[in-house]
Amino acid sequence: MATIRQLRRRIQSVKNTAKITNALQLVAASKMRRAQDRALQARPYSEKLRAVIGGLAAATVDPEKPAHPLLTVREGNNVGLLHITPDRGLCGGLNSNLNRSAGTFVATSRNPVDVIAVGKKGRDFFVRSRVNVVAEFTDLGDYPGAAQVAPIARLVIDDYLAGVFDRVYISYPEFVSTATQRPVIRQLLPIEPPTSEDESQGESTFAQDYIFEPSPEEVLAQLLPRYVEMQIYEAVLQNAASFQSAQMVAMKNATDNANEITRELTLTYNKARQEQITKELLDIVGGAAALEG
Amino acid sequence: MPLTVELITAERVVRVEQGVDALIVPGAEGQLAIYPKHAALMTTLEPGEMVIRRAGQEEAFVVTGGFLEVRNDHVTILADASEAAEEIDIARAEEARRRAEERIRRFREQADRDVDLARAQAALQRALLRLRVAEQRRRRTTGRPQV
Repeated sequence: MATIRQLRRRIQSVKNTAKITNALQLVAASKMRRAQDRALQARPYSEKLRAVIGGLAAATVDPEKPAHPLLTVREGNNVGLLHITPDRGLCGGLNSNLNRSAGTFVATSRNPVDVIAVGKKGRDFFVRSRVNVVAEFTDLGDYPGAAQVAPIARLVIDDYLAGVFDRVYISYPEFVSTATQRPVIRQLLPIEPPTSEDESQGESTFAQDYIFEPSPEEVLAQLLPRYVEMQIYEAVLQNAASFQSAQMVAMKNATDNANEITRELTLTYNKARQEQITKELLDIVGGAAALEG
Repeated sequence: MPLTVELITAERVVRVEQGVDALIVPGAEGQLAIYPKHAALMTTLEPGEMVIRRAGQEEAFVVTGGFLEVRNDHVTILADASEAAEEIDIARAEEARRRAEERIRRFREQADRDVDLARAQAALQRALLRLRVAEQRRRRTTGRPQV
C-alpha cells in the first residue's frame, strides 16, 4: 500500500500528463479539420484528370504498343517503393501499421526493393531493418502543398524512365474516417490507366469527339506525369489527414485513461487519508483515556 | 447558352463561373478564344494570362500551364498553378524573379554548374507573368474611372 504522500505525488503526475495529452488532442483536432479540407479540395482536380486519362488512354493506347513510356510494362525486376508516413509519433498504431504493411511487402517481394521514404517514421523503420533507402523527403509540414510534392514526382518519374526502377509502388495510409486509416500499397508506375465507369459507353468515341491541340499523343504525354504527381499529392494529403486524426483519437484515449486513473487514485488517496485520521483520533482518545486513568 | 467555366488546380478550386460570354486562354498553339457552342476540344496550356469575359466585364487570371477541355459549353481548366489577378502576391513574385535571375546569372558566370537553367528560366517566366498580370489589373482599376 502506497503512502499518502506517494499517492498525492502520483495523482499530480497523472493530472499533468492528462493536461499535455488534452492539449495535443485539441491541436490535432483543429489541424485535422484543415487537413481533411485540403484532401477534399484536391478531389475535383483528381477526378477530372482521372476521367480524361481514362478516356484518352482507352482511345489512343494499343495494349500491344503503348503510346508512352510511362504506360509501358517492362520485364525488369528493379522494384521501388514510395513509402509515405508521418514524421512524428504519438498517433496510436498508425506508424506501426504502415511500417508493418510496407515491411511485409518488401519481405515477400520476389525482387529486392529499394525504398524512397517520405516521412521520418518510415525512413527510420527501413533504415533500422537494413533495407536500401535511396532517397528521403521529410518535414513536409502539417499542410503539404503541391509544390512540395513536385520534386518527389520528378525523382520517381526520372528514375523510372532511366531504368533505375522497372516498377514503382506507393504505400500510404488511406483516410477512411477519423477513426479508421487503412495502409494501402498500389502500383504507381507503369501507369495502369484508370477505367472510368460512368463514361464506359462513350470511351470508344472519346478520341473522335475531340479536337486535340497539339495532338492526342502530345496531350497524353503531358497529362501522364501530372497524373503521377497528383496520385502522390493525394497520398501525401491523406497521410496528413490520417496522422492528425490518429493523433487526435490516440490523445483522446490517453486523456480519458488519465482521468480514469486520477479518479481511482483519488479514491484510494481519500480512503488512506480517512484511515489515518481515524488512527490519529484513536491515538488521541487513547492517550487522553490513559491520562485520566 | 453561355459558358460554364471551372478553373481547378491540384490544391483547390480557383473559380467556378457561370454565364460566361467568352474565355481567352494561352493555348498550346497560341492565344485561343472560346465562345459558346465551341467544338469539343482538348488542349495543353502555356503559361499566360486567362481572361473571363462576362456581362461586359473582364476578369484576369494567371495560369502557369495545364490543360483545357471544352465539351457542351462546359470548360474545365486543369491548371498547374493559378490565381485570380487580385490574389497575386506581388512581393512574392518579385522575390521569385530576383531568385530566378540570380540563378541564371550564376549559371552564366559558370560559377555554379548545379543550376538547372531550364527550370530557372521557367521560374523567371512565371514570376514575370504574375507581375505583368497584377500590374495590368492595377492600371485598369486605378488608372481611369470604371465605366
